Amino acid sequence: MTYFPEEVVEHIFDFVGSHRDRNTVSTVCKAWYQVERLSRRTVFVGNCYAIGPERVMARFPGIKSLSVKGKPHFADFNLVPYDWGGFALPWIVAAARLCPGLEELRLKRMVVTDDGLELLARSFPNFKSLVLISCEGFSTDGLATIATYCRGLRELDLQENEVEDHGCQWLSFFPDSCTSLVSLNFGCLKGEVNGGALERLVARCPNLRSLKLSPAVSVESLNKILARASHLVDLGTGSFAVDHRTDVYHMLMNSFPKFKSLRNLSGFWDASPCCLRAVYPVCTSLTVLNLSYAPAIQGDDLIKIICLCFKLQKLWVLDSIGDKGLAVVASTCKELQELRVFPCDIYGAGTTSVTEEGLLAVSSGCPKLNSLLYFCYQMTNAALITIAKNCPHFTRFRLCILDPGKPDPVTDQPLDEGFGAIVRSCKNLRRLSLSGRLTDQVFLYIGMYAERLEMLSIAFAGDSDKGMIYVLNGCKNLRKLEIRDCPFGDIALLKNVAKYETMRSLWMSSCDITLGGCKALAAKMPRLNVEIINENEETYEFEENLSDLHKLEKIYVYRTVAGPRNDAPDFVWTL
Amino acid sequence: MEAAASYVKDGDDLRDTELRLGLPGTEAPEKPAAPSTRGSKRALQEDGDMESRAKSRPLEVDCGEAPAAKTQIVGWPPIRSYRRNSFPPRKVEAEAEAEAAGLYVKVSMDGAPYLRKIDLKVYKGYKELREAIDNMFKCFTQGEVSRKEGCSSGSESAITYEDKDGDLMLVGDVPWEMFISSCRRLRIMKGCEVRGLRTRQYS
Repeated sequence: MTYFPEEVVEHIFDFVGSHRDRNTVSTVCKAWYQVERLSRRTVFVGNCYAIGPERVMARFPGIKSLSVKGKPHFADFNLVPYDWGGFALPWIVAAARLCPGLEELRLKRMVVTDDGLELLARSFPNFKSLVLISCEGFSTDGLATIATYCRGLRELDLQENEVEDHGCQWLSFFPDSCTSLVSLNFGCLKGEVNGGALERLVARCPNLRSLKLSPAVSVESLNKILARASHLVDLGTGSFAVDHRTDVYHMLMNSFPKFKSLRNLSGFWDASPCCLRAVYPVCTSLTVLNLSYAPAIQGDDLIKIICLCFKLQKLWVLDSIGDKGLAVVASTCKELQELRVFPCDIYGAGTTSVTEEGLLAVSSGCPKLNSLLYFCYQMTNAALITIAKNCPHFTRFRLCILDPGKPDPVTDQPLDEGFGAIVRSCKNLRRLSLSGRLTDQVFLYIGMYAERLEMLSIAFAGDSDKGMIYVLNGCKNLRKLEIRDCPFGDIALLKNVAKYETMRSLWMSSCDITLGGCKALAAKMPRLNVEIINENEETYEFEENLSDLHKLEKIYVYRTVAGPRNDAPDFVWTL
Repeated sequence: MEAAASYVKDGDDLRDTELRLGLPGTEAPEKPAAPSTRGSKRALQEDGDMESRAKSRPLEVDCGEAPAAKTQIVGWPPIRSYRRNSFPPRKVEAEAEAEAAGLYVKVSMDGAPYLRKIDLKVYKGYKELREAIDNMFKCFTQGEVSRKEGCSSGSESAITYEDKDGDLMLVGDVPWEMFISSCRRLRIMKGCEVRGLRTRQYS
């Protein structure tokens, strides 16, 4: 290879797509490192504190696309304090200086400010795509600057962000000359929307294929939009409830039949059963359906719509679908690959609705099922064993039994054997979330069989340090381990410290880790940041006085080449 | 194995004197109360290790009964706050603010000096509800009957409720679950108004 001119090597590298492969290729020799780094167009940073932004941009000056993730996953469930970190600004600043050709930025669980958005909008003349997922810290003013300055913007995708509402005018900031939008998703915005501006924007963007509206967009507005955007492939409705005696309703009923290309449907905030009928004409071509924000749609109405969706590949619903509805899914949706069933009634008395029966039915009726997120009140080992046999292709298996530590209700046994069967059978399992009553045994199975496992989430499980040790000694592809409320202590933490450098991160909260244990870990492994998150104001002022036996509520350990971070708030100590 | 067990046990002794970082509300109940989901077989096998886990485990509830008053654990169930905030929990009425458990509605009886409040979730059906209401207002129905002019049978009464549209409805027409989700308050009507209601029903 050293005899080939660089251009040839670079051309060969064009075919090396994945991040991992490119990373590997760059370590072969200095020449390859150079060619690779200059020809790299996409960089993914899984933990924003693993490396400094300047270092990334300096190494890859030609990148067009950057993805960065910030807070640990458990931040989604309020376990990470609000101002823990994950700031996007340093990345935007570095990119503005070193990679002005940037076209695409994807941020997840980061703090993004309006200033950051303005800098972004003004710094990259070719900027095309902004995707923000589960971020916070910005307002509609920031969106207005994106609209104003990003000429040629193709994609603005805001998923589940906390956005401060400073008015509805941001949509009007898209100039009349903006006709390039392909994808616009503002479903997470809570404030009012300027319907007229939205309708005009949609009308002048002939390439628009994906449009996801917020709950504030009325059905009347939706009707007008649908009249102008018949090439949509992906639609998230706005509000979806109107009285059936109105003209608006009748228009809605007639709006959908002409959509020949529509494949994905979502939104349905507050959808009523009679309005849902409007989408029946497109159901037979749908591949993605998300009804998980429509609590007013009960089981029978869900069944009516699912009966028509025989091409469905991805379905997100609430557990009001019931086992009965899941049986219909099983018999109708033979192409189903991903199923998510969310609980309607989080605080409730367990009166709904899906049990192991529903999942059994789907596993037996849907041979292509590979990704699952399932909230239920009970699960049995027998069911899990059968599910494992029916669906050996699971890559993602997340089961949440809502009662923490609940055993198999039929045998009163822990669910070790059931989950054991899953890991034994699903050789390609990459992500697993456990729940229910579990002993160390399940971790023995996971360590032994889950060879491809990359992410493991554990809650209220295990009996002793052995559980965690099995996992750390086993799963050789493990990247992220997150644990809460388990009896794992310092012995487990310190048993295999080298492992943490092969992983992205470890989260442990409400376990038995002590300050002494963390100090020992930090001392042995200087290239890890061992962060202690201490929200108890009474103790954090006296950090030097705390004994080594002091139990820690939350720790976050991650490999890094950037050293301890300089933006940590008071309540985070990096050892 | 022994080393691990004794390590945990030592930790257990120190728990009494340590500064805990627990968030308010996450303190588990006294140990004896904890392992109620585990079968009797497990209780015999368990040693102190299990007991010490009780500290971090939530209130455990018997599998059989509906957990009407769950302790809310931080970050559980693992649902993104975005989704959690998207729709408030079902069946929590405006009147039943603080606790997520309990569906408390006011019950008034015509002529009674004060009202009562009951938790609709506690009853399994209309029969139990009627019995409970009868018991509650027994003291007002015994003894004198206020005779209004024009009423021939003053002791008739009917249980009515105000639904979420503000209409006055007769209790018992709709399925129990539907009733619970739409009932805002209950009113026990007495005397001739009742007959009027009954007549309207049959006409």
